[in-house]
Amino acid sequence: MTINKEHFRRALQHSPFHSRLAALSLTEEWTGWNGYKAARTLDKLSTEYFAVRSSCSVMDLTPMEKYRISGKDAFRFLDRLVTRDLSKLKPGMVTYVVWCNDDGKLIDDGTLFQLDEDQYRLCSQHHQLDWLLISSIGFDVNIEVETHEVAALAVQGPTAYSILTEAGIDGLADLKPFGIAQLQCNGFPLVVSRTGYTGDLGYELWVDPKHAESLWDALFAIKPRLDIHPIGLSTLEMVRIEAGFIMPGFDFNTAESTIRADYDRSPYEVGLGWLVNLDKGHFTGRQALLAEKARPVKRRLTKIYVDGNKPVREAFIFDAKHGKQIGEIKCATWSPILKANLAIADIEFVNGKLPPQLWARVDYQRELKWLSIWAECRVSDKPFYTPEHRSATPPANF
Amino acid sequence: MNNYDAIVIGAGHNGLTNAAFLAKAGLRVLVLERNPYIGGASTSRELHKGWKYSNASYVCSLFRPEIYNALDLGRHGLRVIPVNSSMTFKQDGDYFGSYTQPNIRRREIMRHSPRDADAVVRFDADVLRWCKLVRGFLLRTPPNPGSLKPRDIFELAYLMKKFYELTEAQIYEFIRFFTMSIAEYLENYFENETVLTHYSGGSIIGTGLGVYSPGTAYVLLHHAMGDVDGNVGAWGFARGGMGSVAKALAGAFQSYGGEIRSDAEVAKITVAGNKVTGVELASGEKIAAKVVVSNLDAKRTFLQIMDEADLPPKVVQRARNFKIRGSSGKVNIALDGMPTFPALPEGSTLTQGHMHFTDTLKRLELAYDDWKEDRWSADPYCDMLIPSQYDPSMAPQGKHMMTVFVQYCPVNPDGGWTDEKRDQFGQTVIDQIGDYSPDFKDLVLHAEIRTPRELENEIGLTEGNIFQGELTFDQLAFNRPFPGYAQYRGPVKGMYMSGSSTHPGGGVMGAPGANSAREILKDLRKPDTTPEAYSDD
Repeated sequence: MTINKEHFRRALQHSPFHSRLAALSLTEEWTGWNGYKAARTLDKLSTEYFAVRSSCSVMDLTPMEKYRISGKDAFRFLDRLVTRDLSKLKPGMVTYVVWCNDDGKLIDDGTLFQLDEDQYRLCSQHHQLDWLLISSIGFDVNIEVETHEVAALAVQGPTAYSILTEAGIDGLADLKPFGIAQLQCNGFPLVVSRTGYTGDLGYELWVDPKHAESLWDALFAIKPRLDIHPIGLSTLEMVRIEAGFIMPGFDFNTAESTIRADYDRSPYEVGLGWLVNLDKGHFTGRQALLAEKARPVKRRLTKIYVDGNKPVREAFIFDAKHGKQIGEIKCATWSPILKANLAIADIEFVNGKLPPQLWARVDYQRELKWLSIWAECRVSDKPFYTPEHRSATPPANF
Repeated sequence: MNNYDAIVIGAGHNGLTNAAFLAKAGLRVLVLERNPYIGGASTSRELHKGWKYSNASYVCSLFRPEIYNALDLGRHGLRVIPVNSSMTFKQDGDYFGSYTQPNIRRREIMRHSPRDADAVVRFDADVLRWCKLVRGFLLRTPPNPGSLKPRDIFELAYLMKKFYELTEAQIYEFIRFFTMSIAEYLENYFENETVLTHYSGGSIIGTGLGVYSPGTAYVLLHHAMGDVDGNVGAWGFARGGMGSVAKALAGAFQSYGGEIRSDAEVAKITVAGNKVTGVELASGEKIAAKVVVSNLDAKRTFLQIMDEADLPPKVVQRARNFKIRGSSGKVNIALDGMPTFPALPEGSTLTQGHMHFTDTLKRLELAYDDWKEDRWSADPYCDMLIPSQYDPSMAPQGKHMMTVFVQYCPVNPDGGWTDEKRDQFGQTVIDQIGDYSPDFKDLVLHAEIRTPRELENEIGLTEGNIFQGELTFDQLAFNRPFPGYAQYRGPVKGMYMSGSSTHPGGGVMGAPGANSAREILKDLRKPDTTPEAYSDD
């Protein structure tokens, strides 16, 4: 990508979908996301939220970091990089991965797409070129940033399949979760993956930026028959917590940007131990993770329900009402579909075990007056919300 | 004969800081200044009618906010405005800008190297980690590692505790950091030559070392550990020039009843029976005091204004060997208008920050080679600012003031300095700027050119060393200025040091002055008026 000297005139650049987002934004509430102007909200939060949970939402994913990884050693390189066993990954498949430094601390998470033999795309939350290039020493592999060369849209919600099909994208009926298809929409090519960050039925669409507006227009042409709404980052935050997804850099510090010792986290400590395969052969961080596995669990990001209906934000967690402070809530939301306060909390374990009682001290405002209550917390072992229609193949048609 | 509780020699920013805290504790304090004006290296003088120069120091970031607050300097007129950016002109007509807006900064690095744009995340985190560690010690008296006094043991334990808050790998890295050259350190992160060179610059400022000399990595930290309102690494410009820092400190000092006498050069610290008795001025006047604080550098203090016979021979020897090489010059310029820089797009904000003209490490190293041969750099490293763009008090409307810090400039060029040589040195700098700004030379109305000779003669910095002694590991913390004398007390009872020759070293920081005041007040059993350091946690 060539960057023009004039770039300094605008702190946030416009994504290829910006003209369409701006036209539909009622709130004009923008924020920065990886150097792009991204919508925080475009409409009322509840309208956007129920688009994800009851009809269809569209979110601009272009700012997400994307790397094209290719070459003879691409698979060997990736298998060495990530903690997960990649031997079952095939062309046309996506998998969720994390990667660590030598100390077994998380650098980032991401989705790994195998587009073809020796052709991969890695999408990540944070900038990874430095780490990928350091890790690639000794491998015949080519790594390029393609963040700005690929426009991306997340189309998520129970009617997503119907909308995409009606917009002229054929071939989605058989696409299973974590599958990838190379398809067409009104004469231009696009890649569709059945992936998402919402926990609902949904797809991610990857397209050349020059077709971005045509793709958007094809989707929104269906609106008179099936409702479709653009959504922003505030809604994404609600639905990703419901789906139990964590966000590096927000729910835990990424290792390369951590300043203080022991402020970074391992995959086990964020509840992603299931992504670590210590038997697959050597990978970066394996020695440290083997040693960690042998020790009692020190702490863990834990999904909790916080009793009551007072809005929960960042808060301390205690081992009893008025007890000892043992953790903190990293993210929380009220779930309109579950009618519950959901949170993900970083909790210190005692002798390798989750303390039997968890209490949150919830500070909240009523007519500008600050109040404080104790709320008991209950642990959820599973994602809070996993509707069956999310994985139905073929999805229901509307 | 007047009687004072304490005399502070030198109205530089540390001397004034020291005096202000002593006066705040109720002492009768006199500050003696050789020049007709105060400030030492923090002065702003009008040498060309209508223009104010920051004659020596020119930007402000290290000044401790705790001192600022404790002496109420805001109400005494100090205002520090953040400097927006820094940039380096390239020889091929392009440039590299280090913006403070994070998105623009990242994109600009990406314009030169996508990899370096990502590596800067790792670089920032690592430098911030070392900054946080070192910042915790700025307002503390270094422990004497050989002492068994409870307070030394406590301070040493505090140091060890801070150190052991690092991981094992970080401890190795920290030791490497202190002993490495800046170029080699930065090569752990960056690949692009312009990016490497740009971020190396801060490490040679004021230092008689090159970018490949071991020990220069730390100097980067010394320039990065300051902050403006909590933004660590940010630099600020004192409105009205650096003289405003001295003026505000003097205002605070006087508000506590302190007295300043300028045109009062101290010839000698008088001693009787291993105790100070006061000072003798060059005029022959004697002033008595039980406490005498020297804000002069260690060499000047022990070898010029003290009788060597009053001192332990070891101190004399240490003072003689104290490393205080001058390596910098300064050119302050009155401009008839704003110069243009064709490499920059119309409306670029980069003219509002630091501007540099050296784009390769090799050019930096060659600039150092000239200095080693006692020549000023034919192709010097310049740190140039035009503060009148955002401070209208520096120059008449529509006109501008430019400050150019120049590295390297020798203490003693072949045959010694003459006014002609000084002007030739200034011309070298003006020519370099002219290479990047075709209308610049025609706009020059007046220039103040300062080589180490002028810095020494006017400010009293030995060899013109801006830090009052090199910031190398052998002269830092409990070794600054000398082992055994890092706790601000001199070898004679009642004699103290407050200048940048003491911990934590040079830069307009105020910390040596405040730390020294704390020790004096402790010895006099007076209430401690110096502030406790903010926690960096």
